[in-house]
Amino acid sequence: MVHLAILLISPPFFLGVIAKTKATFAGRKGPPLLQMYYDLFRLCRKGTVYSRSTSVVLRLAPGMVCATLLMAGLFLPLSWPAPIHFSGDLIFFAYVLAFGRFLLLLSALDVGSSFAGMGASREATFGALSELAFFMGLVTLAVITRSVSFSGIFLWGGTHPMVRPAIVLLFLSFFLILLTENARVPIDDPNTHLELTMIHEAMLLDVGGPDLGLMLYGAAIKLFLFMVITVSCVWPPTGGFGLPEIGGFFAKMIGMAVVIGVVESSNSRLRLSKVPQLLVANFVITTLALLATILGGT
Amino acid sequence: MLSFLVALGILIFGSMISLLTRRWVRHVTYGSVCVGSVTGLFFAVYALCQPLAQSVRFGTPLPDLAVTFGVDPLSAFFLVALFGLALVTSLYAWGALHDQHARCSRLPFFPLLVASMAAVLTARNGVLFLVCWEIMSLTSFFLVVTDHERREVRHAGWIYLVATHLATTFLIVCFVLLRRETGSFDFHTWEHLAPLAPALAGLLFVLALVGFGTKAGIFPFHVWLPHAHPAAPSHISALMSGVMIKTGVYGLLRLLTFLGPPPLWWGVTLTAMGLCSAVMGILYALVQRDLKRLLAFSSVENVGMIVVGLGLGVIGLQQQNPLLVLLGLGGALWHVWNHTLFKGLLFLAAGSVLHATRTRMIEQLGGVLKRMPMTGLAFCVGGAAICGFPPFNGFVSEFLIYVGLFHGAQHLGGLSLCVVVAAIVGMAFAGGLAVACFAKIIGIVFLGEPRSESATIAHEGPLAMRIPLMVLGVLLLLGGLFPHAVWPGVFAALNVVAAPLHLSGADAGDPVLALLAPVAQVAALLLGLCVVAIGFHRLFYRNRRVRQGITWDCGYAAPTPRMQYTASSFTQPIAVFFRALFRPHIPYARPTGFFPIATTFAVHIADVAEQRLFVPLFRGCDRLFEPLRTLQTNRIQNSLALIFFSLIALLLWEVWFGI
Repeated sequence: MVHLAILLISPPFFLGVIAKTKATFAGRKGPPLLQMYYDLFRLCRKGTVYSRSTSVVLRLAPGMVCATLLMAGLFLPLSWPAPIHFSGDLIFFAYVLAFGRFLLLLSALDVGSSFAGMGASREATFGALSELAFFMGLVTLAVITRSVSFSGIFLWGGTHPMVRPAIVLLFLSFFLILLTENARVPIDDPNTHLELTMIHEAMLLDVGGPDLGLMLYGAAIKLFLFMVITVSCVWPPTGGFGLPEIGGFFAKMIGMAVVIGVVESSNSRLRLSKVPQLLVANFVITTLALLATILGGT
Repeated sequence: MLSFLVALGILIFGSMISLLTRRWVRHVTYGSVCVGSVTGLFFAVYALCQPLAQSVRFGTPLPDLAVTFGVDPLSAFFLVALFGLALVTSLYAWGALHDQHARCSRLPFFPLLVASMAAVLTARNGVLFLVCWEIMSLTSFFLVVTDHERREVRHAGWIYLVATHLATTFLIVCFVLLRRETGSFDFHTWEHLAPLAPALAGLLFVLALVGFGTKAGIFPFHVWLPHAHPAAPSHISALMSGVMIKTGVYGLLRLLTFLGPPPLWWGVTLTAMGLCSAVMGILYALVQRDLKRLLAFSSVENVGMIVVGLGLGVIGLQQQNPLLVLLGLGGALWHVWNHTLFKGLLFLAAGSVLHATRTRMIEQLGGVLKRMPMTGLAFCVGGAAICGFPPFNGFVSEFLIYVGLFHGAQHLGGLSLCVVVAAIVGMAFAGGLAVACFAKIIGIVFLGEPRSESATIAHEGPLAMRIPLMVLGVLLLLGGLFPHAVWPGVFAALNVVAAPLHLSGADAGDPVLALLAPVAQVAALLLGLCVVAIGFHRLFYRNRRVRQGITWDCGYAAPTPRMQYTASSFTQPIAVFFRALFRPHIPYARPTGFFPIATTFAVHIADVAEQRLFVPLFRGCDRLFEPLRTLQTNRIQNSLALIFFSLIALLLWEVWFGI
């Protein structure tokens, strides 16, 4: 229940933290930490405009995208074992996320706009390429911990040496995947106003009102999920359940959000043609991590 | 066994009758296929549940040729797919051909194709198998060239004919070698083959891999697939892609039961080839602009996944690791059924689009979902299933293969570890590309605005064309929600191949059932969550104003459908990234002068296996055999004399040297 509550309520908060960090770096005051919540409430009270080109797909997609992301969230251990865990749940996780992406792509193509098509095309390409590194990372984790479940992987009993080379490489790799999957700065700029350069935003250009609210909320959950995975690599959940654990969880998540903010502030976005190279480089990093694991012994 | 023979009889009889009549040909053909398939389906399901192991034998005066049909769970497993899909496609075609009398002349081959595939799956004698295999190839060839007036159809048929015959040559050599070892063509003597010399077993394996792999469409032997499928009528494509290419998988599995304990390199080779197939298949699928050609390449991908599972199972057999065998072979066999269902659905739905719009070109379609809601919905379900999304059936089989591969990554070492890790990553990559690929088809063909006149006239076909789509769509969902109901069938079939491991007993398949139980629950939960989320989403809209407008285009005053993103532009980033592989040929006339008037631009992407492997190979053969052209005088008596003399020569060879 607490898991579900955290999953449902907290994700937009971390976007606030990232925005605050970036504002601090830029010497601005920045929006309040809870700005995202205000935005979501405002959007939910609005009506909407649908393009005449759209079909039923666009009307169903926002709800389903959120459902797939929430589903994925049930597999990740926050600080205690996840509500749903079974052998092979990481495959389910990956495929549910892919399902969400598929629905997002369809809803983008449904409006028949060139901008949405561009965004969808880029999302599909980068998604496929980051799948390489993501699964290689999962294999490495599975080999290190002899488990095929997130709860098994991240709760391997506290005997985990945090500064193993493989783990450091994996952290780096999952961090890059996080930036890619969530359209953060070196890949895509969430604050851009030029349609031609957008990825994620371009897909949402023709989505409005509560639909947009759900899509943004979904994006916040997705960021939350990848933050959990990334942070769990270096600071694995303890497995216990109680107030200190919840506090610890929030502390490390806020830390992660600050790191994202710092990286976003100190980098400019890459040229689109460079992004695949970054993703392949990321795949090489995970391969090195796997080699380090296998050759280094467990 | 009797009901199987009855089904076979009905099919052959139906084909004969339909040769005689002209007026009722459609009803006779499809009626006989329906009745024959229902009979056969009952038998196959019964044989799989029981599990039955029977055979009937009719002696013939010819030496070595005994007409022996037999059924075991492995045969029954493939028979279920065959008869199930044949039933659905014949219903579909019954509706689709109601206004196309010109195409009816080839109909008698349809029941014959179903019958020959059933015979291939049950033949228990090498010669009989090859004869049925040939009948299957020839009948499907005649069905592929149904629209033989078009040049590219004849070309496709020609490629198919050559490919399938070359494949059969490899099989003949393989079977003759087996005959030499055992002195008989009967499968049951081959099953008790003494351990073969490793070199001989390896040779047989490679021969079978090429022979059956060509039929199955494993990269790089897949070259006939992308030609034949767009040329054939859609229900034939569905049957060929759904079942006929699986006879190649069946053949490989059957041969594995003869060759004794497999060495490691077989498994590694299979996994590597399957991986190559999966990735290359989907990469080529992604850049296609012809709807059915795209689906054909996607079949190459899915066969690749099946072969990855197969390879994993073989590695498991070699390592004596029952879990690997269960997951690898189980996943592979399961994917056979799943692929039959969703590829059948996709080809039939593509056929409906083709029927309604008269075009297969993705770039000319658009907005079809609004005009053909049921077909569009079915295609979306099929697309989600083929991408392997829960809660559809495609996820279950891919899940088993993945878990098997992860298990392998944790327990294997050395070369097989490398291959297994590569397979995981490769399958994940193929999965990511499949998402892009099917988002592209659905997005460009079914969503947005029509891109040409033909797309605006799209309309639903008759009910007989829609019911099969609905049935298949519902089966896709049920298969994902109730995997434990399917597993016993898969287990019975895989037990035939995994016999050396002695996985008998009721609890042998339990590890997989334990894996599947949560998957089924979570799939149901996901479905429920989606329904709840959609309902919740609708709640926001109570008493809210919902308006209609035009799509945002930066304020441009006169938007046209041509401003939409196209399929080629959608896949352009991937096509550019892999340009070394695709080697696109881009004839482009640069506009010249101060007031350029006209220019042209086109992109042609050729298949690398075809251009780099088979074209040079056949050119070389051409040059080599050029002198023999003089023998070819196009006079029938000369040809007959040539055949006669070669037969004499072979006979003398046989007398003096033996085979």
